[in-house]
Amino acid sequence: MKNMKYLLLRRATQFVILFLYFGANAYGWHMLEGTFGTSHLFGFIPLADPYTTVQVLASGFVLGADVLLGALIITLFYMIVGGRAFCSWVCPINMVTDLANWLRRKLKLDKEEVNYRFLKRRTRYWIMVLGIVVSAVVGVAAFEVLSPITIMQRGIIFGFGAGISVIIAIFLFDLFGVRNGWCGHLCPLGAAYSLIGSKSIIRVEHNHTNCTNCMDCKIVCPENQVLYMINKESISVTDGECTNCGRCVDVCNDDALGFSIRSFAKKAEDKQ
Amino acid sequence: MANSDNNRRKFFATTLQSVGLTALGGLLWSGYSDEVKASPLVLRPPGALPEEDFLKACIKCGLCAEACENRDSNKNKDGSKRPGTLKMAKGGDHRMIGTPYFIPTEVPCFMCDDIPCVPVCPSGALDMPSLLNKEEELDINKSRMGLAVVHKESCIAFWGIQCDACYRACPLLDEAITLEYHKNERTGKHAFLLPIVHSDVCTGCGLCEQACVTEKPAIFVLPTEHSTGRAGSHYVKGWDEKDQERVKDAKEIKTKNERSEKEASDYLNMEVEY
Repeated sequence: MKNMKYLLLRRATQFVILFLYFGANAYGWHMLEGTFGTSHLFGFIPLADPYTTVQVLASGFVLGADVLLGALIITLFYMIVGGRAFCSWVCPINMVTDLANWLRRKLKLDKEEVNYRFLKRRTRYWIMVLGIVVSAVVGVAAFEVLSPITIMQRGIIFGFGAGISVIIAIFLFDLFGVRNGWCGHLCPLGAAYSLIGSKSIIRVEHNHTNCTNCMDCKIVCPENQVLYMINKESISVTDGECTNCGRCVDVCNDDALGFSIRSFAKKAEDKQ
Repeated sequence: MANSDNNRRKFFATTLQSVGLTALGGLLWSGYSDEVKASPLVLRPPGALPEEDFLKACIKCGLCAEACENRDSNKNKDGSKRPGTLKMAKGGDHRMIGTPYFIPTEVPCFMCDDIPCVPVCPSGALDMPSLLNKEEELDINKSRMGLAVVHKESCIAFWGIQCDACYRACPLLDEAITLEYHKNERTGKHAFLLPIVHSDVCTGCGLCEQACVTEKPAIFVLPTEHSTGRAGSHYVKGWDEKDQERVKDAKEIKTKNERSEKEASDYLNMEVEY
């Protein structure tokens, strides 16, 4: 239990958020209504998905002020505070891909490193741009017609139907196909949040003097390219692709990783 | 030298492949997105923009469906809870995923006076101004979710059997559907009471479709675009003063061709081959 603190916190957050969304439809609660596309917090604060908003604008429709304000609020929150925390603390697909990833490790499917020539971690940025281009060409928000994120969220709120097959497909892809395939290589929403949150203040910080180079953090990290400094430098993980999931902090038994505030981290560095 | 040549070739090959694969992905994605737009026979909530614009504008948040689902009036006669009208399209529903729609035979639109589904729409896909009357109040009677159509071959009222289920189910009683009286010549002593839908009043709520007694409803709602025709602007009603206004300033158009060189009476009397 000791090394599951952030994992449990994340699961709790995900469940509470999804349950509030579910209750808005099933019981008429006014805590958190709608879906990620646009939500109302406490019945009046609009929240909106910035990537969805950009797609709809690209398709040629001038959105209502509610959505634009909501997208601004969400963008500012992750830009200043959360980083890419949406992916690991809110998104329901995270539970699916985490499960696939965990099974991969248990089944020892990753003995050999495979290099996918045209499926890199940066592929998602191309998909993100392509999604906006396709939205403009076809005249409909292109990622929203197949997004497993909102398919799963709507599934939980309104019922899955055949949409469950998309979720199973993502699970199988991540389990038997590419490691961290969806969240780490393809998802354009994750790419958007990587860019939005790249300068946020909440960061994982590494202390290399405590590090014993056990590499547990790199094994468990879904975006382990961001942990390049392990046992090398005592710096913050500043790469926007870090989802602030805190699994590395959880599994570290040597107190070499922890959450910190970016500006404080820098000041401490200056003092040294 | 050879090495840098090699590098350059590799760079160009990789770039070309990346561009090619991006184009491939873009084509597949565009094709798919375009196909999922093509589900025309779907009934949208009140105030929805025309389908093409609606699909652009709808952000798939489900706030309308939640507002509909949580009406206190969603009760059956025995007090049990009734599902709301609006559904959110799921995979397998063959409608664009995540968009709200309704199926009248399952749950029609009950035309709430305060229209809870429309003001909550954040994107503008459900256009509130289109539902405001002269007093700037929400007026559900202004909604055009679709238009009911009667298939007279399967409507038993057209057979001469007395049935006015749709007429009585209509919330705009004797306005959207009226009964037209005709004599039944077959029996010589009975009457036909035929349901006639008036498209200037019908909102497309679907209560008639749900009430219809035939095995498959003989009256059903289709999206207005699919249940109406269009005569075209070149027809002008000579008996309608307002319509005449359209051609008040029309200029005479003289057609000049082989035929028009002669008087009509000339060429009509000759055997000219054209």
